[in-house]
Amino acid sequence: MSDLKFTKDHEWVRVEGNIATFGITEHAQDQLGDIVFVELPSVGAAFAQGDEAAVVESVKAASEVYAPVSGEVTEINGELEGNPGLVNKEAQGGGWFVKLAMSEPAELKGLMSEAEYQAFLAESV
Amino acid sequence: MPAEPVDPATLRQTPLAALHRRLGARMVPFAGYEMPVQYQTGIVAEHVWTRTSVGLFDVSHMGQIVLGGADHPTLAAALERLVPADIAGLEPGRIRYTQFIASNGGIIDDLMVTRPTAEQGTLMLVVNASRKAIDEAWLRENLPPEITVTLREDRALVALQGPRAQEVIGPLWPATQNLGFMTAMPGSLAGIDVHLARSGYTGEDGFEISLAAAEVEALFEKLLSDDRVRPVGLGARDTLRLEAGLCLYGQDIDESTSPIEAGLGWSIPARRRQALDFIGASRFAQELEEGPARRRVGLAPQGRMPVRHGAEIRDTDGNVVGLVTSGGFGPTVDAPVAMGYVPAGQAAPGTVVDVVVRGKPVPTVVTRLPFVPHRYRR
Repeated sequence: MSDLKFTKDHEWVRVEGNIATFGITEHAQDQLGDIVFVELPSVGAAFAQGDEAAVVESVKAASEVYAPVSGEVTEINGELEGNPGLVNKEAQGGGWFVKLAMSEPAELKGLMSEAEYQAFLAESV
Repeated sequence: MPAEPVDPATLRQTPLAALHRRLGARMVPFAGYEMPVQYQTGIVAEHVWTRTSVGLFDVSHMGQIVLGGADHPTLAAALERLVPADIAGLEPGRIRYTQFIASNGGIIDDLMVTRPTAEQGTLMLVVNASRKAIDEAWLRENLPPEITVTLREDRALVALQGPRAQEVIGPLWPATQNLGFMTAMPGSLAGIDVHLARSGYTGEDGFEISLAAAEVEALFEKLLSDDRVRPVGLGARDTLRLEAGLCLYGQDIDESTSPIEAGLGWSIPARRRQALDFIGASRFAQELEEGPARRRVGLAPQGRMPVRHGAEIRDTDGNVVGLVTSGGFGPTVDAPVAMGYVPAGQAAPGTVVDVVVRGKPVPTVVTRLPFVPHRYRR
């Protein structure tokens, strides 16, 4: 089991100090299929938890990606511009989307552990 | 990723549903049917496989309607009131693409019409799944009572599409070697009685095979036993037809669009243009004379971001001038591809417009269709 946290909208978060790195889950990339474009926010943009922070475009459709916690964008994954398929290959690693400087770290308590997320997936099938 | 809300109890299945599941398909609702959107390899791999080898598609949800009349001239004259194609001149074994035209000149559905080689006074129609009930009612309402209309729900339909389709079918049925695009013949394929047409909706060479529903699983499995053939779902069927510049009913054409606006005027021959003897001909005549107000065009969004069905098209002054009717990512083009309607004055290839995605204009160039050249066998 990883130390990642998960949302019901199928984002994952990894926390290092005050920085939250997030992307979409392995389950989400599998459901979306071949990803052809990722629209990322600008560095410096501020989001409240649950705000639309990015858009992922698969061959089939566009899907919103929501900020799992509140904060300000410190870095975006520039590699996704030329290689959006990295999200399919390494959704919960190299295919990360955004790093946020958290403004409300207490929000993390409301997110799911990996075990809880797997249970959530099993229920929602 | 919200799914289309559908009551699963009302969804219909094709005779291949169980096989699709065994093959690992992801099933989704489409036109009232539970259909495979993709198999395990995914849409892009299935798309590329169809363009380079052979894809096998279940299109059994489509409507197969048989019309019967006293003889070909009688039946053709009756059907020609409903469609603007040359049906009277359709020779045995030939297929025509055409449209049912509404009284207002819009398109009720688009369809293929085949005159079988053997029977006299029979035509076989293939119509869209989403429209078959409407089409059947339209036919019954508008054909003379002596013409029989039979929706063949006992038949299945599969499409074998790709540049190596002949290599796959040839050893099983050598006479297919001489079958040209938009022609058809009955016969036996792997011991199964079929009606085989050289046609399809991917832009590639290939076949569409109609057969008894009870036998389709055996044929599908037989064809899949060839390493050159893989199953392909509706997801890739959509990207393939979009790259080929082919219309999807309900998106690119509907009862508000006319054949001339949609760029389908090529399917209406001179005799029908002069006679104007079909339902809805007055709008057609007016558009022939004055030109249509808008035209369906190819759209090449610049950059990598796809534009989708329903997105607004704006001119460079910011005025909304039309809508995207189909859009997505073209795996063979390796870029976003789309189609939509723009005013006739802005339909020239090279015209620059903006397509609005999430509030932002995406510079887009009006282009010729298809995006990927057709490779039909002439």
